[in-house]
Amino acid sequence: MSAIQEVETVQRALRAIRGQERWLLGLLFTAGWFLLPSMGLAAEGTAAGPTEYRDIPYIGSRNLVWIVAQLHLLLAGFVLGVPIFAWLCEVIAWRGGEKRYDKLAKEFTKLLTSAYATTALFGGILLFLLVAFYPKLMNYLTDVFFPSFLLYCLLFLLETATLYLYWYGWDAMQYGRKKTLHVFLGFLLNFFALFIMIVPNAWATFQSSPVVIADGTAFERAWAATWNPTWWPINIHRLIANVVLGGYICGAYAGVRYLSVKSTEDREHYDWMGYVGNFIGVFGLLALPFAGYWLMREIYQYNQQMGITLMGGFLSWLFIIQAMLIGVLFLGSNYYFWLGITYRIPGSEAKYRRAMLMMLISLLLCLAVWMTPHSLVASIEEAQKMGGAHHPLLGVLGVMSAKMTVSNLMILITFMSFVMYWRAGKQDTAGWAKLGKAVMGAVLVVASLAVIVLGVWGYFVPAIVRINYFSTSQVAIVGFVILTITPLTALLLKSAKTTTEMVWGSMPPRAGYALVLNAVMVILLMTLMGYARSSSRVHWHVYGVMRDTSPYAYSPALGSASLIMAFCTFFFCILVAFIFWVATMGDKYKAAAGSGGKGELPHGIPAMAGGAPEERQ
Amino acid sequence: MGALGKPIILMVGMYAFLKFVLPNIPGSAPLPSSLIFLYLLLTASGIVIFETLSGESKDAFWGPIQRFLTGENIGGLQALRYGVFILFPLLVGWQTYGSTAVSDLPPTESRTIHPAPPGEYTGLSNPVPKTPENIMQGKGFYAAYCSPCHGGNFDGKGPAARGYIPAPANFADPTTIAMLQESYLFWRIKKGGVGLPIEGAPWKSAMPRWEVELPDEWIWKIIMGEYDGAHQSPRTWE
Repeated sequence: MSAIQEVETVQRALRAIRGQERWLLGLLFTAGWFLLPSMGLAAEGTAAGPTEYRDIPYIGSRNLVWIVAQLHLLLAGFVLGVPIFAWLCEVIAWRGGEKRYDKLAKEFTKLLTSAYATTALFGGILLFLLVAFYPKLMNYLTDVFFPSFLLYCLLFLLETATLYLYWYGWDAMQYGRKKTLHVFLGFLLNFFALFIMIVPNAWATFQSSPVVIADGTAFERAWAATWNPTWWPINIHRLIANVVLGGYICGAYAGVRYLSVKSTEDREHYDWMGYVGNFIGVFGLLALPFAGYWLMREIYQYNQQMGITLMGGFLSWLFIIQAMLIGVLFLGSNYYFWLGITYRIPGSEAKYRRAMLMMLISLLLCLAVWMTPHSLVASIEEAQKMGGAHHPLLGVLGVMSAKMTVSNLMILITFMSFVMYWRAGKQDTAGWAKLGKAVMGAVLVVASLAVIVLGVWGYFVPAIVRINYFSTSQVAIVGFVILTITPLTALLLKSAKTTTEMVWGSMPPRAGYALVLNAVMVILLMTLMGYARSSSRVHWHVYGVMRDTSPYAYSPALGSASLIMAFCTFFFCILVAFIFWVATMGDKYKAAAGSGGKGELPHGIPAMAGGAPEERQ
Repeated sequence: MGALGKPIILMVGMYAFLKFVLPNIPGSAPLPSSLIFLYLLLTASGIVIFETLSGESKDAFWGPIQRFLTGENIGGLQALRYGVFILFPLLVGWQTYGSTAVSDLPPTESRTIHPAPPGEYTGLSNPVPKTPENIMQGKGFYAAYCSPCHGGNFDGKGPAARGYIPAPANFADPTTIAMLQESYLFWRIKKGGVGLPIEGAPWKSAMPRWEVELPDEWIWKIIMGEYDGAHQSPRTWE
């Protein structure tokens, strides 16, 4: 092309855009904004070598990745947690014949389809951001984990296909062998979901506790890196946490609907749904502290610096906040059980009010111990009076022996709250009822004393004895109590007479608010611990292997971090509300058109732990 | 005011216990206001939870508060109601001003007593064999260099201890060296107070930097002597 032709081309182009200047200016401005990160790119790259980091103005690359990663993780927790109990509900309906559980499972699964797409969307955004902002790190991780990347893609395809079959085949596969196939699909859905969780867990845990081998094939190196010291502790911890998150979010959904519905039928349905959500959340919550303790133990054993950074160093304040959040969760869950006794089983309040008071006082005392820090926040004057930041008397409550003891006791109390709820409104008729109750009482008292004795004794033995034997014994004792009292109570109630019918839909509005509060606490807890786990790597991308050399190679102050955590919690709640709104839009339309209706919803029928067997006809 | 009276008495009683009784128990000390606030918050939460467990108790608890705030049938308490309406915002404003205004007082302290050690000190194990001779020698070094502050009984009550705030560590307390690995103590003794990271407030510690005076072997022996003398064991994983 000659110079004259080029000039003519430009002139033609200029004539063509006449009248579109504003639009073009806007386009140029937008393009310029998107290209801003490339300015950062230039700043972070070296003259000779490849680009190591890119940045984005104002918000900063680290903050953006942090927010998107946290949202992706929360959504993933929901998407992986909900199918577990949706499937369990379906199995209960399939084996027990209670249709309402099938309906509940379907209602939960409906939420999954839109939540799944949103999770994948955030996963995709996260991947793009990581590749764009941290090319050096991503190159390294790709080099280590290439085979598992492929596996992950395959798992994603299988999970997606199974989810579609599971959801869209729900009505078509309702009866006979088809139902069996549908239940199997639900199992497959959870099976693939489990692997979808544990494969990326390997990438994240590798950053904290890397295992690097220089020799071997790509597969061998990936496998060694995957099987790192904190991989399984995280897998177990996240699996349980996902169930807790899913349960409480569904509880919150039911709580919100309960507060807004008008008809008695709907109130009964969402009251029952809230009960099931809270029950599942509590069920997971009982096991969660054990899993968390194991994870922290592995981190501490892997690296003293990381362990102390988390448990005794600058991140240790997070564990006081964590204690507060878990405490609110325990209080909220128990409060919901107690409100259930008072309002759903009329006349039971007088019988159980004293027991509820004792449980409440015990819970608060345990929580006071759990929340007492080892190093206290004090003014200079106060510190002078104490002789430092360590209180001479209450300082002993600030260490793990005390924390483990009270967390075990809180689990026991919460379990007994549930048993109390289960038994409310029933009268034992079995001949061995007196003996059975005496055995249960004795087991509970002896177990509580044993937990306390081991906790106190823990101060006088070497740390390794406390960690390996005493703490595990405390967990085993609590497990023994649960495994002893649950079947004994079930046996007792099998022949029990119902004295008071359970009345669904009679809970006060504050029960709905308690469900919402629990969900918010769980989300806050996950954002808090997400920050703790990532920050424990301090200035390393891959601990001890690849140093963070970006301008963000510092741990944000706890105050700044809490702003991001609060934002993530708020935004996630908005996202979930949006997903629920979208998922239920069709129902509302159908209901308005008169073709909807709740069909066979509970009419005084008890839940898993709510009533006598004869009512289940 | 019947149902409201008990919670008020409970809150006042709890405050009195935390402020005046607990600090006077032998071996105790006054509680910082942050801890008192925390315990009072828990007490208040417990009261609200218990009083709202049933409709009757909720009405009995909230009813008087509601009636007082709305002015419904409170008779001669109207003046008090207006007083609360005027004083409460002023109190909040005063508290807010007090916590945000520029002050010549030093900031509230949140010192981390056991901050994380530098990477080069993690994973170290004591190279000195644990023999009675070495332990005895370690105790001897301890007596010479450490006991003036940390005490002959390893309880942080040496003759010089009263001159320091924060007080020297009490090794007999199961929440100090028993929670730590030997390598941690090696770092602390070698680098002293000035070697603490920022969250450990290095300016608050008078611990000398012993690396300038003692060889590493002596430090390892002192560590053995400390654990033995304080009847504690270091944290291990085996």
